[in-house]
Amino acid sequence: MAMTSEEIERLIRAGLPDALVEITDLAGDGDHYAARVTSEAFRGKPRVRQHQMVYAALEGRMGGELHALQLTTQAPD
Amino acid sequence: MTESVNDRIQGVVSSADVVLFMKGTPLFPQCGFSSRAVAILDHLDVEYASVDVLQDQEIRQGIKSFSDWPTIPQLYVKGEFLGGSDIMMEMYEAGELDALLREKGVPRGG
Repeated sequence: MAMTSEEIERLIRAGLPDALVEITDLAGDGDHYAARVTSEAFRGKPRVRQHQMVYAALEGRMGGELHALQLTTQAPD
Repeated sequence: MTESVNDRIQGVVSSADVVLFMKGTPLFPQCGFSSRAVAILDHLDVEYASVDVLQDQEIRQGIKSFSDWPTIPQLYVKGEFLGGSDIMMEMYEAGELDALLREKGVPRGG
């Protein structure tokens, strides 16, 4: 089952309220996305932890209904 | 006593310097993300062990709680979880993966 990019953005921002979320639908099929997430909450944390925070915001959908999400995380400059 | 999944996974992770949990095999990856992970390790000329999670449902599910990481592939270096293919690519492009493998004394050029 696919998710819309709006739904993905909404979930990420529910978990990380300050996040700037840019989503690209890579294949135009509503199933392969890339997300660039910028949040102050990432500052000083290792990348694994940053990605885990985004996955936590997605509440278990990652690896399930959301198969392919290429993720890039960063703290604001 | 039956070995728990976590113990099994811990055993696999400790069995080689670099271990990649993936879908398919390095020659025949079954997913684009796993394929990307293999390509990165091949570029770096790293010796690594791979585990095809499609052949083992217990590990396929267990690895996700083992690392608190919901997706495959997953890379472990010297027993430490490094990340999935996005983190591998970021680290590769920044030269960090190469540096980390050197720092950890991982054999190259096999």
